[in-house]
Amino acid sequence: MSEAGFDGGTAAIRYNFAYLDEQTKRSIRRAILKAVAIPGYQVPFASREMPMPFGWGTGGVQVTASVLGPDDVLKVIDQGADDTTNAVAIRGFFARTAGIATTTRTAEATIIQTRHRIPEEPLRAGQILVYQVPIPEPLRFLEPRETETRRLHALNEYGLLYVKLYEDIAKHGHVATTYAYPVLVAGRYIMDPSPIPKFDNPKMDMSPALQLFGAGRERRIYAVPPYTPVRSLDFEDHPFRVQEFTEPCGLCGSRGVYLDEVVLDDRGGRLFMCSDTDHCEAVRAGKGAAAEASW
Amino acid sequence: MYVAVKGGETAIANAHRLLAHERRGDPELPALTAGQIDAQLTLAVDRVMAEGSLYDRELAAVAIRQARGDMIEAIFLVRAYRTTLLRFGATLPVDTARMAVQRRISATHKDLPGGQLLGPTFDYTHRLLDPGAGDAAEAPAEADADGSVVGRAIDALGGEGLIEPDSAAAADAPGDLTREPLSFPADRPLRLQALARGDEGFLLVLAYSTQRGYARTHPFAGEIRMGDVEIEIDMPELGFAVSIGAIRLTECQMVNQFRGAGDVPAQFTRGYGLAFGHSERKAMAMALVDRALRADEFGEDRVAPAQDEEFVLSHADNVQATGFVEHLKLPHYVDFQAELELVRRLRREHAARASAATSEAAE
Repeated sequence: MSEAGFDGGTAAIRYNFAYLDEQTKRSIRRAILKAVAIPGYQVPFASREMPMPFGWGTGGVQVTASVLGPDDVLKVIDQGADDTTNAVAIRGFFARTAGIATTTRTAEATIIQTRHRIPEEPLRAGQILVYQVPIPEPLRFLEPRETETRRLHALNEYGLLYVKLYEDIAKHGHVATTYAYPVLVAGRYIMDPSPIPKFDNPKMDMSPALQLFGAGRERRIYAVPPYTPVRSLDFEDHPFRVQEFTEPCGLCGSRGVYLDEVVLDDRGGRLFMCSDTDHCEAVRAGKGAAAEASW
Repeated sequence: MYVAVKGGETAIANAHRLLAHERRGDPELPALTAGQIDAQLTLAVDRVMAEGSLYDRELAAVAIRQARGDMIEAIFLVRAYRTTLLRFGATLPVDTARMAVQRRISATHKDLPGGQLLGPTFDYTHRLLDPGAGDAAEAPAEADADGSVVGRAIDALGGEGLIEPDSAAAADAPGDLTREPLSFPADRPLRLQALARGDEGFLLVLAYSTQRGYARTHPFAGEIRMGDVEIEIDMPELGFAVSIGAIRLTECQMVNQFRGAGDVPAQFTRGYGLAFGHSERKAMAMALVDRALRADEFGEDRVAPAQDEEFVLSHADNVQATGFVEHLKLPHYVDFQAELELVRRLRREHAARASAATSEAAE
């Protein structure tokens, strides 16, 4: 091959710090600033093709790449765990392209990229939580057209969603949404919190950390600035409730945390264990927060 | 103690090592070179360039080999590389009337200036498996690939006003959907961009649906041409444009019926398709879908998927589509746990209601 040793596979190709070129990162930061200025509003951005597939965290990766500096310490979790395959792949991507420090400890991280969970340990001011978002539009499954949903947001016309929740209650006695449970941000925009279990929703409210949401395939960025009220939708007579687990974590004994159910055998044996692996390890090591989470 | 298998770095590294091994295949056989792919799997290279939006035969061939022949994976590899490239300028619009044609056919005219030129086509071959195909071949007949320049067939209709004129070039530079987020309604240049990058299979099927009555457009293949076109770029230092090379393109001009409406007399309309390389199926499908998407311009009712801009443009990109479909392979157990809890609760409550009803009935 003529170019830069492509055929040999060993790279004479050099990538910029955190992969994306500085112009692209700047354009993404502009979108982030707009998102922070209008909490919960979905800002379109020119999402790039990343070297991982759309739907596998490209939005989160682009947001992280844009806010990452050489002194940052990055944690990446998927399903709450640092060692799930995609979390490993994304952490490796940044370690390789940005040479930054990585950690599995929530407290040590300055940026945490997550898929489907918020860490159990409360976040502090100065930390950034970056969510990977598959479908940013909370109204999508009620109205598939972008042209229509953007108008509904603009007009603050959220009746559809409340009707959906009402129908759930009428039919099942409960709201039948268990994850990606819609929230009202700063009293104005209804937002999809990404597919976190609704268990995690209360952690978003008045969080000292900056929460950024990146949807690569759908080309949207949105944000919840620190100390912003985030309310899960509900009715006065049917208040929002989170999942409750009857058993504690089988490994560390924590209660009040989100648990994974692990099938042990084909005779109905089950083990419930912390979905947040860092929390679980910290408790087991006896140096973590109290076993009872403080939420 | 049982610990859930979550696949760490070692598992990933080992999987990739196995992939490399499988990709190489039987070591007794010589390894395929990118050059062989470029020369002998030409149409595969063309498709990867077209949907990868990057005209580079070598890189497309490398991608096909790396992707083990998986076309969408190869397109993805090319796209991910393309996005890192610096933009240093834009070419002048290419003039396909000045194409050095390898193939040029019109279905609307028996004969026309420049003639019908079949070129290298599968058309009229008998699809009989031939194990010898691809071995040595005779030299081509002289006149069949002469690369001559012939005017566009469809221009013959323009003189009488029988067909709508080519839309005027936009005053501003056309948008770039790889640099700005697409929003709806999109204009035609952006739509055509999206279609040019769109999945061949998706466009083919949508185009087919229009022929079967889901937004029928009464198409005729006004002209299909394939050949090489010069690429020119303005040099501000020189004050004029210079040629920087040639690329192979396939262009399809579809002629569609239009009965006229209000004060507009009956006139033929156009659907347009253009793709890198020899990509005839893609160019034809694109032209049919382009015409269907112009429904609003002609006051046609939008009743079918192929006319629905948001539907077509949001789902035409196979790199986006495959990513999202395949992301279902990623772990989703946290959300599944949340659903499990709900289903168990609903079943408990259902059972309680049922037993309450039974005991009531017994009393």
